[in-house]
Amino acid sequence: MMDTLYGLLIAPFADFAFMQRALVGSLMLSLGACPVGVFLMLRRMSLSGDAMAHAILPGAAAGFLFYGLEILPMTIGGLIAGIIVALGAGAVSRFTIQREDASMAAFYLISLAIGVLMVSIRGSSVDLMHVLFGTVLALNNEALTLIGGIVVVTLVSLAIFWRALVAECLDPLFLRSVSRLGSPVHFIFLGLVVLNLVGGFQALGTLLSVGLMMLPAAAARFWTMRVEPMCALAVLIGFASCVAGLLLSYHVSLPSGPAIILSAGVVYFASILFGTRGILRARIIHHRHRTA
Amino acid sequence: MTKTCLTFRDLTLGYNSHPAIHHLDGTIRRGSLTAVVGANGSGKSTLMKGIVGVLKPMAGTVVREPGVRAAYLPQQSELDRSFPARVVDLVSLGLWPRRGLLGRHTKEDHDSVSQALMAVGLGGFEKRPIDTLSGGQLQRTLFARVLLQDADLILLDEPFNAVDTKTVGDLIAMIKRWHGEERTIMVVVHDLDLVRQNFPETLLLARQPIAWGETKETLRPENLLRARRFHEAWEENAPWCEPDNHEHGDHAHDPGHDHQHDHNHGSGPRAA
Repeated sequence: MMDTLYGLLIAPFADFAFMQRALVGSLMLSLGACPVGVFLMLRRMSLSGDAMAHAILPGAAAGFLFYGLEILPMTIGGLIAGIIVALGAGAVSRFTIQREDASMAAFYLISLAIGVLMVSIRGSSVDLMHVLFGTVLALNNEALTLIGGIVVVTLVSLAIFWRALVAECLDPLFLRSVSRLGSPVHFIFLGLVVLNLVGGFQALGTLLSVGLMMLPAAAARFWTMRVEPMCALAVLIGFASCVAGLLLSYHVSLPSGPAIILSAGVVYFASILFGTRGILRARIIHHRHRTA
Repeated sequence: MTKTCLTFRDLTLGYNSHPAIHHLDGTIRRGSLTAVVGANGSGKSTLMKGIVGVLKPMAGTVVREPGVRAAYLPQQSELDRSFPARVVDLVSLGLWPRRGLLGRHTKEDHDSVSQALMAVGLGGFEKRPIDTLSGGQLQRTLFARVLLQDADLILLDEPFNAVDTKTVGDLIAMIKRWHGEERTIMVVVHDLDLVRQNFPETLLLARQPIAWGETKETLRPENLLRARRFHEAWEENAPWCEPDNHEHGDHAHDPGHDHQHDHNHGSGPRAA
C-alpha cells in the first residue's frame, strides 16, 4: 500500500531530475502568480490577464525567430511586448475616457496579430505549439533562476505596495485624495502581471500561464471574505494543482501545462460547489436564519 | 498664523472646455463652516474636486495654505462594494495620512478605528463585510473614515443623501464638533432648512457664485431666484471666454466681491 502510494506520488519526483525541476519551477510560479491573479480578479481584470498573455506573443515570437527556443531572448522579447501593451492600454484608460477593457482588447489584438504573423513567416506549427503551450518538463537551470527572480520581485513589490494596491482596488478616488500613488501603483501592478505571465510561458506557454494565475484566484474567492487569506489560499491551490498536474502528466502521459491548468479547474468547480460561499452552502444556509 | 485656509483666484473648473465653475474668487477662512448650495449642475461637486485636487483647473488656482490636510467624502464614491473587505479595513484607509504606505498600524490606531466607528453609531461593526452594509450605514462608515483622517480641511459632498433623519442629526452633531475644533468644513447640501439651522456661512453657486457670506444674507429670496434662473445646459456654440468677456460678465461676480469686503472687515480687528 505504502509502496503504491510512494510509486504514485513521490517516486516520479524522487527519481527524475526533470520532474524535480518542473515541480520547483511551477511551485515558484504559483507563489508569485496566484496573489497577482487574486488582485487581477478583484479589479475585474480577469480577462485582461488573458489578453496580456496573448500580447506577450509577438515579443516571445521575435525572440524565438532570431534565437530559436532559447529562454532568455524569448523572455526579454515577451517582457518588452507585454510592457508596451500594458503601459499603452493602461495609459489610454487612465488618461482618456476609454475604459481599460476596451483599450486592452485593442492593444492585445494588434499585438497578437503581429505575433501570429511573425511565427507564420518562419517556423512550422510545431514551433508555434512550443511557444503557445510551453515545455514545463524541459525547464533548465537558466529558466529556474529566471522564475526565481520573478517570484522575488513579485513578492517584494506586493509587500511594499500592498496597502496602496488594496486602496486602489477598494476606493481609488480616496487614494487619489490622500496620495499620488494611485497611477504608479496601477502600472507597477500591470508590470507584475506581465512579469509573471512571461515567467509562466516557459513552463506553461503563453496561453496557459494565465490559467495558473486566474483559476486558483477564482477558486479562492469562494472560500474567504478577506484579501490576505484569499491570496494565501490561492497559492495553496496553485501548489496543489502543480503537483497534481505534474503527476497526472507523468502517469497518463498528458501534456504538463494543460494537466496543471485542468487540475486547477477541478479545484475551481469543487469550490463553486462546496466553498463556504459556494452554491451548496448558500442553499443550505438559506433555509435557516437568525433572529437578528 | 494666517486666518485663511483656502484661496480661489479666478478659478475656472470644468469638463471638455465647458466651465462648471466660472471665475471664482474668494477665500475660505480657517475654522469656518460653509454650506455650498445650488441647483443640479451648478458646480458644487466640481468645486470640491477642484479643491481636493482630483480635477485640475482650466484656469486660475486654488491655493491651499501649506500644511493643510484635506479629507474628502465624494458624492459618487468609486468604492468597490464587492471588494472583500470588512468595515474595519475600509475605515483604516483613513489612517493613510498618519501612517502612509509602509507605517505600521499600532494598537492605538486600531483603538482609534473602533472609536471612530463608535462615534458614528457603528460600534461592533468592525468585522462586517462591506457588501452587507445598508446605504446609510456605508455613509456613516465613510464618515468614520473622515473622522480618522483627522484633517484640517473637511470636504463633504452631499453627505446626507440616503441617510435617515436620526442619522442626519448625528452627522450634523459631528460636523459641529469638528467646527468647534477649529477645522475648516465645506459641505454640499440641498436642504436649505438644514443649512439655515446649522451652517453659519453659505456659498450659493450657479456656475458663478451668486452670493457668498453669512447664511441668512446669502439665502435671501432674491438670491435664490437668481440662482434658479441659471441655465444648466452647456451651449455648444457658447463664445470662448476671453479676458474682455470676463470683465463684461463681472456684474455676476458682484456678490462674490462684496463677500471679499466682508471678509476684509472680518479680519480687520485681528490685523489691528
